[in-house]
Amino acid sequence: MSAAKTFKRPDGRKVDEMRKMEAKVGIVPNADGSAMFSFGDTIAIAAVYGPRKMHPQHSQNPEKGTLRCTYSMLSFSVSDRIKPGPSRRSTEISKITEWALEPILMIHKYPNMVIDVHINILQANASTRCAGINAAALALAHAGIPMREMVSSVSIGKLDKQLVVDVNKDEEDWEEGEGATDIPITMTQDGMITHLQLDGKITSKELKEAIELARKATKEIYEVQKKALKDSLKEEE
Amino acid sequence: MTKSETHADRKIVIPGEVIFKGEDYLPGEGTEKRGDEIVAIRYGLAEESNGLVKVISLSGVYQPRRGNVVIGKVENLTFYGWVIDIDSPEGAFLPLQEVPGFVPKDGLAEIMDIGDMVAAKIIGIGGRGIDLTIKLRGLGKIEDGLIIKINSNKVPRVIGKEGSMINLIKEESGCNVTVGQNGLIWIKGNKIEDELLVKKAIMFITEKSFTSGLTEEVKEWFEKEKKLK
Repeated sequence: MSAAKTFKRPDGRKVDEMRKMEAKVGIVPNADGSAMFSFGDTIAIAAVYGPRKMHPQHSQNPEKGTLRCTYSMLSFSVSDRIKPGPSRRSTEISKITEWALEPILMIHKYPNMVIDVHINILQANASTRCAGINAAALALAHAGIPMREMVSSVSIGKLDKQLVVDVNKDEEDWEEGEGATDIPITMTQDGMITHLQLDGKITSKELKEAIELARKATKEIYEVQKKALKDSLKEEE
Repeated sequence: MTKSETHADRKIVIPGEVIFKGEDYLPGEGTEKRGDEIVAIRYGLAEESNGLVKVISLSGVYQPRRGNVVIGKVENLTFYGWVIDIDSPEGAFLPLQEVPGFVPKDGLAEIMDIGDMVAAKIIGIGGRGIDLTIKLRGLGKIEDGLIIKINSNKVPRVIGKEGSMINLIKEESGCNVTVGQNGLIWIKGNKIEDELLVKKAIMFITEKSFTSGLTEEVKEWFEKEKKLK
């Protein structure tokens, strides 16, 4: 692991060090459940509406409820203004978020109904989909929706040959050596993976290492999420 | 931990958290049994009594329970009764036979029409929705008065311990107040001023719902309001 010790990340973090995380629950007064989650400069807010009746009627599923996620990066979230509204990228991430969250939701209790999750990225510095999933999991719990467990999401990067945890924008654009590989992973506390994406090149041995790293990192994230939920109720007591 | 020690002991739990271990406990509402562990599937306060563990949710949409008094709006008429919107995920139904008196088959609209408000009690939550009744005292179509909406999670605060808060409001204002568990409140007084005072008091309670000793504070608030007049 000598390479890991000498490896220098652009912002001086250790290879397994996360950015400072923050989480808060109940930030959107009109929503049924809401939360904010941030990794350093990446800030995501999620608002949950429902469960409520699905409209139009022909989209209703009498077998189980529907989870509908909408991910959107606000126009001022990055230094070059992005066009507001749905894009190819945001539609994909919305779908990915639905897939990452559905396995933990006990959605079969809400036939013919829909749960809407709106994720907005206020400020982006890479790992936005992970911050979005973390915020959405918190907001769903806050909305009182039955869940098997919580999920936490983290992005693992491979910079040249070195695996690192929680990539930021500078690392995402890494060009030296083999370049950058980005692996967002979402998992539960018992290590079940609900979502894994891979953008770049990696050997199967390295991928296993990456998953181990994610397992450690999601434990940290879980503690932040747990604290946010517990603190929000303590205030009320 | 023995059962008696944990009685009335409430703790905040999050989904997936183990509440109790061992075979001594039964899973209730908001919990699930996995192996020999009782696991929370909802975020809220975990409570245990006589071995039954349940999680009470303190946020999110209104979850109807049997026995709840609710206030709703007539959404539609069918041949067999009224469809009522009670601000819950599932729709509610008030069947003809749960209405006192004789109702002619073609005269449903004369009793209650679309848009009318009604106070009703939940008698059953089945596979096909919620069933209501108005065959009890204090229930039925709302003819006059004021209806306000608050967050359904704040309803226990408005009612208070064993109804202490709501009784205080009724005494101080002289109004008749029906609190629906779904967050709709029906205020009926002799004067509109009294009704508006109750509305103001309830808004005060919902804003201050975190403070302890709220009943005393509301008492003082009423005195202050009366002096202003």
